[in-house]
Amino acid sequence: MMRPLLIENARIVDPASGTDQPGAVLVEDGRIGDLALGGPVGVPDGAEILDAGGHVLAPGLIDMRVFVGEPGKEYRETLASAGAAAVAGGVTSFVMMPDTAPAVDDGALVDFLIRRAEAQSPARILPAAAITRGLAGREITEFGLLKEAGAVCLTDGAQSIQSSALLRGAMAYAANFDMPFVHHVADAALVGDGVMNEGLFATVLGLKGIPREAETIPLARDLQLAALTGVRYHAAQVSTGGSVALLAAAKSGNGKVTAGVSINNLCLNENDVGRYRTYFKLNPPLRTEEDRRAVVEGLRSGAIDTIHSDHDPQDSEVKRQPFAEASNGAIGLETLLAAALRLVHSGDVDLLTVLRAMTSRPAAILGLDTGRIARGAPADLILVDLDYPWQVTERDLRSRSRNTSFEGARMQGKVLRTIVSGRTVFTHEE
Amino acid sequence: MPQDVRPSSTAGRAGDFPPFRQRHLISIADLAQHEIVDLLDRAERMIAVSRQERKSLPTLSGKTQINLFFEPSTRTQSSFEIAGKRLGALVVNMSVKTSSVSKGETLIDTAATLNAMRPDVLVVRHAAAGAVELLSQKVGCSVVNAGDGAHEHPTQALLDALTIRNHKGTLAGLTVAICGDIANSRVARSNLLLLGALNVRTRVIAPRTLLPAGIESLASEVYTDMEKGLEGADVVMMLRLQHERASGKMIPSVREYYRFYGLDAARLRHAKPDAIVMHPGPMNRGVEIDPAIADGERSVITDQVEMGVAVRMAVLDALLPPRNEQ
Repeated sequence: MMRPLLIENARIVDPASGTDQPGAVLVEDGRIGDLALGGPVGVPDGAEILDAGGHVLAPGLIDMRVFVGEPGKEYRETLASAGAAAVAGGVTSFVMMPDTAPAVDDGALVDFLIRRAEAQSPARILPAAAITRGLAGREITEFGLLKEAGAVCLTDGAQSIQSSALLRGAMAYAANFDMPFVHHVADAALVGDGVMNEGLFATVLGLKGIPREAETIPLARDLQLAALTGVRYHAAQVSTGGSVALLAAAKSGNGKVTAGVSINNLCLNENDVGRYRTYFKLNPPLRTEEDRRAVVEGLRSGAIDTIHSDHDPQDSEVKRQPFAEASNGAIGLETLLAAALRLVHSGDVDLLTVLRAMTSRPAAILGLDTGRIARGAPADLILVDLDYPWQVTERDLRSRSRNTSFEGARMQGKVLRTIVSGRTVFTHEE
Repeated sequence: MPQDVRPSSTAGRAGDFPPFRQRHLISIADLAQHEIVDLLDRAERMIAVSRQERKSLPTLSGKTQINLFFEPSTRTQSSFEIAGKRLGALVVNMSVKTSSVSKGETLIDTAATLNAMRPDVLVVRHAAAGAVELLSQKVGCSVVNAGDGAHEHPTQALLDALTIRNHKGTLAGLTVAICGDIANSRVARSNLLLLGALNVRTRVIAPRTLLPAGIESLASEVYTDMEKGLEGADVVMMLRLQHERASGKMIPSVREYYRFYGLDAARLRHAKPDAIVMHPGPMNRGVEIDPAIADGERSVITDQVEMGVAVRMAVLDALLPPRNEQ
């Protein structure tokens, strides 16, 4: 039996209810026992009292797109190291992509991951199940059994299904089980040998480009098939202004469509590739500054619902390569919140909108009871100093891999304490 | 052409040239205009050295040059080899066969291994853009890019500029038309950068499928009609078409390509009467160029090969100054 915990003198920011005001929260039995905005809160005997010092108390973040190396590539990341990185970044739950070896395409693996994560990870790990067996894009998996085993959504992870007919069938079958259908959109033939955004910058570097249409064409197809099948469709991540326009139009007629964006596409652009810096080789690629502004605007307008880290640990062996031959991906769990706060500090997006995209929106899409500060909800909370200055250094990161796209970046804002199910799992040390 | 180079003195090397500030030659984009001119002037002197009976200068004696070619190229490799040997360097050629899976691994591993042999300069060609720069970060010696993917081929651009300068007397104010597979050409990129830096008017001519995104920012003018693009040009630079790769995708057939983008006598008449014809080699006669033009009086293609040796001598000499030798 844990002692009750009273967090007082906090600035309570709860996007689900639109709350942003001083108050106190009482945590009991792993849940939020009481919430007092302005007024007094009853303090049970023996409660531990934490003075929040006026800092922001928000729901723990829910990251919808995280790659973990376990099972199969434990040298890149384990459930334990990913969990430690997550809570250090204020992420209390994350959806784990099925891109493991073997791929998560079977109920037994989902069950294994849930049990192992409970034992190993301080953060909640929510397994996503593959849409197709072996992520091969040919045969659909057992959606019903995977859901029963505990998979929170369906996705082929970094893979994009090319066959429209297969997608239609998969979406219809997912609708049958009311499973969120999360799809990374990329036209494989248009991507071709492309390794970065198509344009002058790629031309100067002598690198093959990926046109924006490699994303917008399959997205337009997906949105039509989503309407046809009635599936709960989530475009995993978009990177272009054209995609934002497509989403805005689709959402006006179909309430079941949602979309995510990687923090990288919100904060970085193709110029960050510099001279072949492979930590900025990402999928989707970093686009132009114009596209970056368009996705930020999409977040503001609601065309884009969620922000995720796209945490993708890669070892130096596959990153210290000529750009075209290097693997995609960057880690991001520990820098997600601080990077997202850049949008707040710059005045582009308000705090509630940014936090909503990492708390109540993913919770609603995935049907979770977390992501909010409400009586009875699980006590997944973060205490955040919005202005704390720090610099990202790869050796301080908890991930097993070092491929951060924010190496050396100056950040403003840090998690002081992370609470999962009422238990403090991370405390910032000076 | 300067004739005052004494074979056994250091005058041919150091001469009046200020120290060259770069450690590597990775891309033309890294060079300031005065550095480009400096290299061309140094190369000018090296032409004379190569035309002497005793074709040697001792300026690199005692130094080790390794030619590391991940992509086979007889002509570029032998050009660098002759350049190094004429300057007295010990030259070692290494051709590295690469399987597609272990390319990068080989690159970094090879870099570490070669670095331990204490070479003074590595001349590197690799199929991937940026590979030579990556390698330069892992070694303690100078690195010369002999071509990296579709990125750059700086010594080719320098030798082209030297060839043009020697035929036309100057570069500024000329119009150079580069014709062919611009999208996949490192030669085109390096030339556009170099010629642009020296105030040469550049044109690219190609079907839209062979023009890379943003090319209008790199070239002064972009043409898809070859005759219009050649109008008034002082220099016609043809590129090799990788027709095995392009056929059926970027172009329908070699014969259609030749019909619209091949250089023959009729097309060449659109350029200036004294226009010269260049090609980086190896040529596909009958694909991008009529054999009669390639081997005709307007062609300066063999001059390019000669300038190649001179430019590479100049680059090696500039990058490897004597270190406080008494």
